This record gives sequence, C-alpha cells and structure tokens, in this order.
Amino acid sequence: MNLRKLATLAGVALFASCGDVALARGMKAFGAISLAHWTSIFSALLSPWVILGICLLLAFFVSYLSALSFADLTYVLPATSLGYIVMALLAKFFLHENISILRWTGILLIALGVGFVARGPALTLDHERSADLAGNVHHAPARGES
Amino acid sequence: MKHLYTWVSILAVVLFSTVGDVLISRAMKRVGDLGHLFKDHGLLAVSKAMFTNATLWAGVFFMALGFFSLMTALSWNDVSLVGPASASLTFLSNAFAAKLFLRERVDRRRWMAALLVAAGVALVAA
Repeated sequence: MNLRKLATLAGVALFASCGDVALARGMKAFGAISLAHWTSIFSALLSPWVILGICLLLAFFVSYLSALSFADLTYVLPATSLGYIVMALLAKFFLHENISILRWTGILLIALGVGFVARGPALTLDHERSADLAGNVHHAPARGES
Repeated sequence: MKHLYTWVSILAVVLFSTVGDVLISRAMKRVGDLGHLFKDHGLLAVSKAMFTNATLWAGVFFMALGFFSLMTALSWNDVSLVGPASASLTFLSNAFAAKLFLRERVDRRRWMAALLVAAGVALVAA
C-alpha cells in the first residue's frame, strides 16, 4: 500500500463524510421540502453549502472509482467506513450534535473492523479470476501488490 | 402494512446498491489501476476507459435506483431506522456478492471486518 493508494482511500472516506455534512447543513438551513412544492428543491441547489456538498460527493465518486481500480470491494468498503467516524466527529464539533454512548460503541466496532481488514492484502486474485479479467486490461500492473 | 412497505424498500436499497457496487467494482478491475493508466497514457486514456465502459454505466444506473429506493423508504419511515438498516445490511450483502460474483477471497478476517463494520454502522447511524 503506497502513499497514493492510502491517499485515495482517505479521499473516499473524507469526501463522502464531508459531502454528507455539507449537504445536511445546507438542507437544514433550507428547511423541509413539501411534496406540494417539490420544485423548491431546485432553489436549494443555489445554496453554497449544497453546492459544496455536491462537489465533495463528486470528488468522492472519482476517488471511489479509483480505489476500486486497485483494491477489492471487500477491502474498500470496510477501509473507507472510517468516514462514519469522521462524520460522527464532524457532527459533534461542527453541527454540535450529541454523541451517545451507543454511538461511541459503534465507532469502536468500526475501528476494530477497519483494523481487521487493513492487516490483510488489498487485492486478492485467483488464476481463474485473473484470466476472466485479462480480456480488457490496458496494461499489466503487478497484481497483488498492496 | 407500513412496516412491510418500509422493509421491502430497505431490501430494494440493499439489492440495488449491492448490484451497483459489484458492477462498478467489476468495471474498475477490468480498466485496471487508474494511477498506472494515468501515468502511462494520460488523462484522455483514463476518461476514454471510463466513459466507454458499459458495465460502469450499468453500475451507476443501479446506484441511482438504490438512491431512489432510499428516498422512497425514507418517505415511509424514519431516517433513524432506514439509514442504519440499509447501510449496515449493504456491508454484509456486498461481502456475499463480492465472494460470489467478483471471486474475491473473503477469508475470516474480511468476514469479521464486514460484521464489525455492519454492527458499528448500525449503532453510529441509529
């Protein structure tokens, strides 16, 4: 796992959580949208927080695609669930929400799960699968490097 | 009936997002490491590999279906049930799907990670 790959995984976690928090902040300031006036959602798109949230979520998607290009899905998902912890901490210090003992327990479980997966390889390929995927590969990176 | 609708839409979220994640993961494995591709062939090659990838688009389509099911589920029940239930179940279904359809080696370590994270997410988001 080199620096670029670590940064990509961190990007997935950070962009997703910051994007959600920015969107939540923008939409809360905007207020509830009723079904009768659903077109008012378009004026929410002008809120700077909503715009920031959408940009961050786009950045999340790019780093997510990039992460999946070099690591297994069952590696990327647990590894980037650290974002949930970041989001809980952002909610506490930035949105001033309370973190209950139940949430702290959840944060601990996520951290343990990430610890488990991080100690293994990022990419697992058997021969059958490599042959299956080989058809369309543009280059031949050293598979299994992590 | 409200509970039935809620759980059916939660299962729809789980199903659609899992299919989306598997398709996107499969597409990106075929493209190969984007970092190498960028270094060797430049941004144009990366964009071409992405935009011409039908599997990737199919994955994005299923992700969108998952998002709309989430909106539907939220209209039937509270975010404190729908959010953690769908996020947490998706971690588990993704582990099954990755083993079955992506042939990833999901060993005991990865099962433990998926279970711990699913439980943790359920608690954090509750």
